[in-house]
Amino acid sequence: MNFPDNVKYTKDHEWVKVEGNTAYIGITDFAQKELGDIVYVDITTLNETVAKESVFGTVEAVKTVSDLFMPITGKVLEINKKIDANPELVNNDPYGDGWMIKCSIDKAEDLNQLLNSTEYKKIVGA
Amino acid sequence: MQHIALEKTHIALGAKMIEFAGFNMPVSYSGLNDEHQTVRNAVGVFDVSHMGEFILKGDKALDLIQRVTSNDASVLSDGKAQYSCLPNGKGGIVDDLLVYRIDEKTYMLVVNASNIDKDWNWISSHNTQGVEMKNISEKTSLLAVQGPKALEVLQKLTNVKLADIPYYSFVKGTFCGFDNVLISNTGYTGAGGFELYFENEQAEKIWNAVFEAGASFGIKPIGLGARDTLRLEMGFCLYGNDIDDSTSPIEAGLGWITKFTKEFTDKNHLLSQKEKGTDKKLVGFEMIERGIPRHGYPIVDVQGNILGAVTSGTQSPTLNKAIGMGYVKTAFAKAGTEIFVQIRDKNIKAIVCKIPFLKK
Repeated sequence: MNFPDNVKYTKDHEWVKVEGNTAYIGITDFAQKELGDIVYVDITTLNETVAKESVFGTVEAVKTVSDLFMPITGKVLEINKKIDANPELVNNDPYGDGWMIKCSIDKAEDLNQLLNSTEYKKIVGA
Repeated sequence: MQHIALEKTHIALGAKMIEFAGFNMPVSYSGLNDEHQTVRNAVGVFDVSHMGEFILKGDKALDLIQRVTSNDASVLSDGKAQYSCLPNGKGGIVDDLLVYRIDEKTYMLVVNASNIDKDWNWISSHNTQGVEMKNISEKTSLLAVQGPKALEVLQKLTNVKLADIPYYSFVKGTFCGFDNVLISNTGYTGAGGFELYFENEQAEKIWNAVFEAGASFGIKPIGLGARDTLRLEMGFCLYGNDIDDSTSPIEAGLGWITKFTKEFTDKNHLLSQKEKGTDKKLVGFEMIERGIPRHGYPIVDVQGNILGAVTSGTQSPTLNKAIGMGYVKTAFAKAGTEIFVQIRDKNIKAIVCKIPFLKK
């Protein structure tokens, strides 16, 4: 399993990649493997400010459904349109083309509470 | 936790294992969609050795089976099998099962793993005429080799002419050098193929031989996840989801295995349901709007009134749309009726349709 160093992680299996004043958010390689074949990602919070640890969407796999939690407080600025037509991108490239949302970073201190790859690996037993 | 004979083999193959019905079972290997398509288009192997097998033997074996099951086992001849269920005396179902007639006085019942003890106790409590009952579940392995290439693969390993075994028929013959393997033209996928019953000690050799014989056909191991999506595309009921102690075979659309030509548990009650109709019915439906129905989600009408609940649902890998089954009030059970599934507090449109979802 792949746990790149250039993103931060949550115990809920999301990752955050900071780019300037905004952040890209997706789910980890571990999460996509646990879910199995992903059918679609349902995000209804575009242009809404979602608090840290609140649900910003859900991911539907063939066998199961799972909520997606905001790793930081921020406004959802963009949804990855590519995964609408090709949800398998989340399985095949979870940290790249399978990203889910881009959001603002409203509280910089939220970033300090995220896990690094070593800490996250411990949580998933990798 | 209980263990099937080939547990270590599955783990070595990289299977994701889960506890199911008290057994450590493979739920997926290469991925659900890939496994699903493998069975629909080529051939795959399910280890379903967790299933239960009972042997009923004696002059009164048929009488006992006739008393406890809903289907008419008297129509079976040697080498024939039938799908049936055990009515529970309160209008519900103890379990669904397969009844195999080995010979005039010997039958094998194949039951769900989660219900082995319950079924054993239920049938035993009706065994008033001294039928010899043997629970061979723990020493019996069961592989389901399913898919359009299953026959060709398995034919390499036996002299029994597999093409001569009709659907819901079986032969006890030599397979892979072992005597007395029960080769049954049955399955739970709608993809065709055979189920093989044999002793645990033979499991490793048979598993390896089947994979060697199937290599050129792209044979793969298949987990319980794909087993569920395959059966759901066919509209086959799963005990614990679509049928249980509170649902009647008539409500569940299992009237075709409920024969009123004989005496059996709940006969009068079920006959009255058949004649008068039931308040609810199990239906299949397809999602019109985006959403995947899951077990337990409410089914409602356009005003939001509760009609029933989803019992099974998935994204169909073959049809590439979301499908489900569930109970609805009978007035809403006709194919073409618009219903709504409540998914995360939203009412998502669906349409009742005929099963199987997958047309031949």
